[in-house]
Amino acid sequence: MSTFIGDWHALAILFVAGVIPNQIWRMLGLWFGGGIDENSELLVWVRAVATAILAGIIAQIVVQPPGALAGVPDWLRYGAVAAGFVAFMLARKSIFAGVIVGEVVMIAGKYWLG
Amino acid sequence: MALPPLDSPQWQTSFRAFLWGARSIGATVLTLVLFATYLGIGALAHDSGFSLGWTLASTAFVWAGPAQIIVITTLGSGATVLQSAIAVTVSAIRLFPMVVSVLPLMRTEQTKRRHLILVAHLTAVTLWVECYRFLPQVPRNRRIAFIHGLGLGLVSVCLIANTIGYMLAANLTPLLAAGMLMLTPLAFLFSTARNCREFADVIALVLGLLLFPLAALLNSGVDILVSGVVAGTIAYGVHRARAGTVRARA
Repeated sequence: MSTFIGDWHALAILFVAGVIPNQIWRMLGLWFGGGIDENSELLVWVRAVATAILAGIIAQIVVQPPGALAGVPDWLRYGAVAAGFVAFMLARKSIFAGVIVGEVVMIAGKYWLG
Repeated sequence: MALPPLDSPQWQTSFRAFLWGARSIGATVLTLVLFATYLGIGALAHDSGFSLGWTLASTAFVWAGPAQIIVITTLGSGATVLQSAIAVTVSAIRLFPMVVSVLPLMRTEQTKRRHLILVAHLTAVTLWVECYRFLPQVPRNRRIAFIHGLGLGLVSVCLIANTIGYMLAANLTPLLAAGMLMLTPLAFLFSTARNCREFADVIALVLGLLLFPLAALLNSGVDILVSGVVAGTIAYGVHRARAGTVRARA
């Protein structure tokens, strides 16, 4: 059991550094979201901001790629996203088609480049 | 997989709704993406010297991919607890509007705040996206049970993925590792695009993508927040302007 859990101190640090600073926003949302109607103007704004933040995270992974993705040239990453988007639209907004085409273009391109 | 019609007896008990929610993890490509993402997190945690129990606890209690990657990489590279906590909390601000926008979809007159605690905990980008897709097909009084099933099903998939990834411990070739990392932006981009309900959502998505590289030039540490709030607010402004035009014509 001790190798499974490892160090209890590390687990305590996980809660202070990871769980609480993350969870606080969910609980604030639960607390303050209470009286808000789902079609209210505030919610249209809140949803637009949440969508734009998510778009920012998507852009960050593609523009400032982590780890192994950084080994793929910029143009190939952007090209893969563009190809995936075309497939997504042609396949009547199929997420699956977009993801597969984007992946195939990037992996085949990188494989071909060596 | 199709959900039963709204008036089906299948929806008569909460337990059945819970099971339908859990089964729905098989109806989304995002489950595969989560699987791949958490495979990677498991391998990352192993290489950073964390125990398997620690890794599984981070998935169960944090339940947000970006925050988990931040905790593992910062603590693993010797940052202080405070530095990690600040980076995590900035990455987690996006959960606030997600929770605020998701809860009204399942609230009824009998719903108490405590009934929604687990839903709030399970809310992360995948669940947020899927709520808009699945919930219109679920009777309102069974939505909380359905989301409990869907959310806990997704957590289970990720715990399994963590364990496998931890065992494999990053023996992937760089090419496959790059492909795995690329899954996240592709899947999130198309699932968000598919779920744009209003014109404001489309503008928020497009502007959010375009403004991030500009905001990144500021190098403020909160670049995503800057581009998100600016793009989201412009999108909302366009929505208001259009609503005004429609009203003026009517």
